[in-house]
Amino acid sequence: MPLTKEQIAQRIAQEVEDGFTVNLGIGIPTLVANFIPPHLNVMLQSENGLLGMGPFPLEKDIDADLINAGKQTITAVPGASYFSSADSFAMIRGGHVDLTVLGAMEVDETGSIANWMVPGKMIKGMGGAMDLVAGARRVIVAMQHRDKDGQSKLRKKCTLPLTGLHCINKIVSDYGVIDVSKNGFILREFAPDLSPEEVVRATEGSVRIADDVKPMKI
Amino acid sequence: MSRKVYPNAILALAGVKDDMTMIFGGFGLCGIPENCIVALRNSGAKNLTCVSNNAGIDDFGLGLLLQTRQIKKMISSYVGENAIFEKQFMSGELEVELVPQGTLAERIRAGGAGIPGFYTPTGVGTLVAEGKEVKNFNGRDCILEKGIVGDFAFVKAWKGDKFGNLIFRKTSRNFNPMAATAGKITVAEVEELVEIGELDPDQIHTPGVFVQRIFQGQNYQKRIEHRTVRKV
Repeated sequence: MPLTKEQIAQRIAQEVEDGFTVNLGIGIPTLVANFIPPHLNVMLQSENGLLGMGPFPLEKDIDADLINAGKQTITAVPGASYFSSADSFAMIRGGHVDLTVLGAMEVDETGSIANWMVPGKMIKGMGGAMDLVAGARRVIVAMQHRDKDGQSKLRKKCTLPLTGLHCINKIVSDYGVIDVSKNGFILREFAPDLSPEEVVRATEGSVRIADDVKPMKI
Repeated sequence: MSRKVYPNAILALAGVKDDMTMIFGGFGLCGIPENCIVALRNSGAKNLTCVSNNAGIDDFGLGLLLQTRQIKKMISSYVGENAIFEKQFMSGELEVELVPQGTLAERIRAGGAGIPGFYTPTGVGTLVAEGKEVKNFNGRDCILEKGIVGDFAFVKAWKGDKFGNLIFRKTSRNFNPMAATAGKITVAEVEELVEIGELDPDQIHTPGVFVQRIFQGQNYQKRIEHRTVRKV
């Protein structure tokens, strides 16, 4: 069995280090917050102007002036700060955000990512995704390995319009953990119920199996 | 100094005309200039170019100006969550320039700061880069993006004084401070208008020099797009 969304999020949380500033995108990335160990000092950045995002509020604490980038009501943790969108993206574009986690429709073996537009379908816009992939120090993609028709979403070359070129460092999918190197994908970990070879077969881009490949620990 | 103070939104929008470029503060429905948007709708000005991170929802925010077809072009980073927008966009009636959110914030900031253009790696190798000058800095390609200046800018603050000094609250700050700098005429609406001297100068987010007109806003709805809560 491939991993659940929660398990993908759980694995990504292991990449978060003490002292990190982290920006989490919408979807699976949002779930990562639930698995960051409480003993780590981590500040979650929300690009609409909050560093130090907390959990959803209690009903009585809802504040229309306090939302996250997904326009959900939210809280702020002690030590949080509010700022303008220009300051927010100075953090992101200036390399002050240690890690961003985003979803993707496609990634490729050169580290490019497509996650904002399907030609012919309604275009909603890229929001902050292009800034995040270009500016964050580390970019991890949380995604399903294959689409509904069983096609690999980890491709030789993205077919959809790009969000960023050669910018992602790591992919955590329901099949495994894959690093992006100059020579393509490297399989580091595989979902416990799959074999490394099965992950490679499910991947369109070229994948090298790391010498020390191991099952994912969830 | 109180010559900046206007009694209401309608008077504060004097001089608004067809074909103008308008910059709006706000993120989603948070921190949007609710009163100015309604007054702009009632002004009937059309063929507007609206610079705003989002386009509101069907019956609120900039959605109100879409309903009345007053907007010719939107410059935004994210325009989902609005069926009227989608319809007008798909039919070709509405022109849309999608801009990465950080680039949009910086373009408005630059416009307000007298900087006509800047280079950024954001968007390199994507559709956003098409037709733009590319320059390599320290081994990294960057594209030239241009500053944006509006005929008007509309912002919403929590508190403001009669000189136009503004303080925003929590994440309703968002695009408002940059928008305030980038209007030839910047109109600020505030939840609480106070006398000069009542705001602590150390706490001002937007100095009054950027604000030409200010008024006490009314009947704020402060709608919430996604009401999310936790139990205990």
